Amino acid sequence: MAGASSQSGMKAALILIGKRFASSLLTLLMVSVTIFIIAQLLPGDTAQEALGQSATADQVAALRHEMGLDRPAHVRYVSWLTGMVTGDPGQSMVANMPVAEVISTRLPNSLLLAALTALVAIPVALAIGIGSAMNRGGRIDRALNIVTLSMVAVPEFLVATIAVLIFSVKLRWLPSIAMASSDMDWSDYLRGVAMPILTLCVIVVAQMARMTRAAVIDQMDRPYVEMAVLKGVAPVRVVLKHIMPNAIAPIVNAMALSLSYLLGGAVIVETIFNYPGLASLMVNAVTSRDMPLLQACAMIFCTAYLILMLIADVTAILANPRLRAQ
Amino acid sequence: MTDILSPLSRRGLIGAGLGMGAGLLLPDGARAAGRPRRGGRIRAASLSSSTADTLDPAKGALSTDYIRHYMFYSGLTQLDGQLNPRPDLAERIESADQITWHIRLRKGVTFHDGADLTAQDVVWSLLRHKNPATGSKMAQIAEQFAQIRATGKQDLVIRLTGPNADLPAILAQSHFVILRAGTSDFRTANGTGPYLCAQFRPGVRTLGRRNPNFWKPGKPYLDEIELIGIPDETSRVNALLSGDVHLILAVNPRSTKRIMASPRHALMETQSGLHTNLIMRQDRLPTGNPHFVATMKYLFDRPLIKRALYRGYATIGNDHPIPPFHPYYRADLPQRVLDLDKARWHLQRSGLDGVRLPIYASPAADGSVDMASILQEYGSRIGLKLAVNRVPADGYWSTHWMKHPLGFGNTNPRPTADLLFSLFYKSDAAWNESGWKNPRFDRLLLEARGEADQAKRKQLYGEMQGLVHHYCGVGIPVFINLIDGYDRRLKGMFPIAMGGMMGYQFAEHVWWEG
Repeated sequence: MAGASSQSGMKAALILIGKRFASSLLTLLMVSVTIFIIAQLLPGDTAQEALGQSATADQVAALRHEMGLDRPAHVRYVSWLTGMVTGDPGQSMVANMPVAEVISTRLPNSLLLAALTALVAIPVALAIGIGSAMNRGGRIDRALNIVTLSMVAVPEFLVATIAVLIFSVKLRWLPSIAMASSDMDWSDYLRGVAMPILTLCVIVVAQMARMTRAAVIDQMDRPYVEMAVLKGVAPVRVVLKHIMPNAIAPIVNAMALSLSYLLGGAVIVETIFNYPGLASLMVNAVTSRDMPLLQACAMIFCTAYLILMLIADVTAILANPRLRAQ
Repeated sequence: MTDILSPLSRRGLIGAGLGMGAGLLLPDGARAAGRPRRGGRIRAASLSSSTADTLDPAKGALSTDYIRHYMFYSGLTQLDGQLNPRPDLAERIESADQITWHIRLRKGVTFHDGADLTAQDVVWSLLRHKNPATGSKMAQIAEQFAQIRATGKQDLVIRLTGPNADLPAILAQSHFVILRAGTSDFRTANGTGPYLCAQFRPGVRTLGRRNPNFWKPGKPYLDEIELIGIPDETSRVNALLSGDVHLILAVNPRSTKRIMASPRHALMETQSGLHTNLIMRQDRLPTGNPHFVATMKYLFDRPLIKRALYRGYATIGNDHPIPPFHPYYRADLPQRVLDLDKARWHLQRSGLDGVRLPIYASPAADGSVDMASILQEYGSRIGLKLAVNRVPADGYWSTHWMKHPLGFGNTNPRPTADLLFSLFYKSDAAWNESGWKNPRFDRLLLEARGEADQAKRKQLYGEMQGLVHHYCGVGIPVFINLIDGYDRRLKGMFPIAMGGMMGYQFAEHVWWEG
């Protein structure tokens, strides 16, 4: 009896996840159309940007033809889409290289930076959030509140610039630019990305910590928690065993939102530290109107976002028997 | 017969010609810094770095490209600190009529892959600019190559469509550096330049290693140069001050104090022909009205622009594109100054008193937004209402430049007066920004191009500067000086007016005393 219900519960969950997945694909398609249309609205095209200020009309027309830009917009979109579906994101018009090759040099950098940041940020955020929730109203809570609030309020370019001024220019401890190259060893790499990670952490830790605190406090007022406390369960155990399973869904959701920012939103950090990541590549693609590259980057960011959301949703479904049973 | 070595002999330098070592390119200041020493590796940061980075010299579009191309390739000629062309790969380049040029190549020069440099390589490298498929930035200039053929292993003849005494200077541009004949793969570079291409990753970095077989004795000095791009100016300056890079391009005048405050770093100021100019379209109303043009030219407070916009790192201009340090600069042309009475008088003559006019400015044309505001302020004092339309830098050149009656342009330094006038002031030029037409100017331009006598040329270019100053719909308030920041351990730096970082050619000249 119990086995059958859990089995049907799993089935329902799988259907739910399947639906999420299908809607993600639809979202991807819509995003690609939107990006394509918006890029068409930008002034100038690849040929004009490539030839620059000093181009004549003849040169532009010739290059446009060579790049296939003289075809109507919908034809170009469909040919891009068919390429994408068959696994070929096309040729970068500006770099004269396959888009896949251009991205393959940048994507690992971005993923590594995001992963390292997440590795640092998640434990710190959880500790701050839970710690301040357990100490609700107390001194530690108020102090952490002020710290996280000011971290949310301070823009990242300010954090990054001040960090560079202190740690690179004044103290000369860390390099001011984070060069990712294949012939670097790990200690060099970690020194280089220390400040980008620090800056990104400041942004995401604050958000995640505040959401964690709110989610935990929300549960703390419930009768079941009161019951556990009255039973004499230790406070740490109350939080970890009783509260966390119930608070996990909103926390994972908040984390997924924050982490999705680490890929595409890292553009300011990438610019300030000259880190060769994917976000600055996409900005490059916009300014040079390199449509295939732009589309591919947008797809990657969108996919990463959707995957994180999917993970959050699945976690919420699995963590909550009520959702599973629906 | 013109010999481009003549400026050298006039200065009384001995040994001009074959035995001329590159050391002669150094001015006294640089030589006083001590004897060059070999070794060391530096990292240089230029402005931009993106997927558009290229190793194809014909496609070079930005400072990072020019620097990279001068690292790996060399040209037939090279510009020195006074912008005089010197023979480089060419041992001799001479012409009797400025139409047929005879070039003899230096012997014993090899490409990085070990092959000898031959006249065939030069012919191929120059002719490819005429091929539309190359997508050369110099396609228009290359149109004057009527015929180029090799007459021996080391000799070639270039026949032009018309006389042009500036050919040696034109060939010094980074676009015309010499490739191995038949090169089609630009993932790496095979040139005759001072550094070997060890790594090239577009948008990330370029790594050059000392070319042990470089033909200039003793050169280059550095073991390795890493070239990167840091687009954000604050980050670039921070990278210099923290010691992560040793040479940076394009320091904003506002950051100069920070660099000067550091005992380890220094600035190099390069006077250049770079300028942001006001464009008054002559084929439109009301900007086509000569009185209106005069009004605007008298409204420029040039010392204010120099002081406030560029913190003094600028040279005052006189509404024509030849900067004061240029050999052909006409010094006897009276300097135009801010004169509200004259401006008001011309404004009333133009009949535009009280009219409201939009003026388009953009961060794409450096300083133009502030210049427009200054014009607006002075304009309001004489009854001219200018509305400053600030438009985004992105797409500015294709959507706004030359398309409004009143707007701004930005012109980079060009190696010769002829190129500047032909590209931007000739009546039928594609980028005749103001759309002015002056038959006398066009005639003088052709005459000066074929004139070998320097004094005569200076006179012709002088008259043309006068014509532009008086009649053209272009106002040039100042020339913008270029500022590089460098580590004091880097020696041998001197300015070459073609651009920052020694006209983008620092790689060959500098050494490290670490």
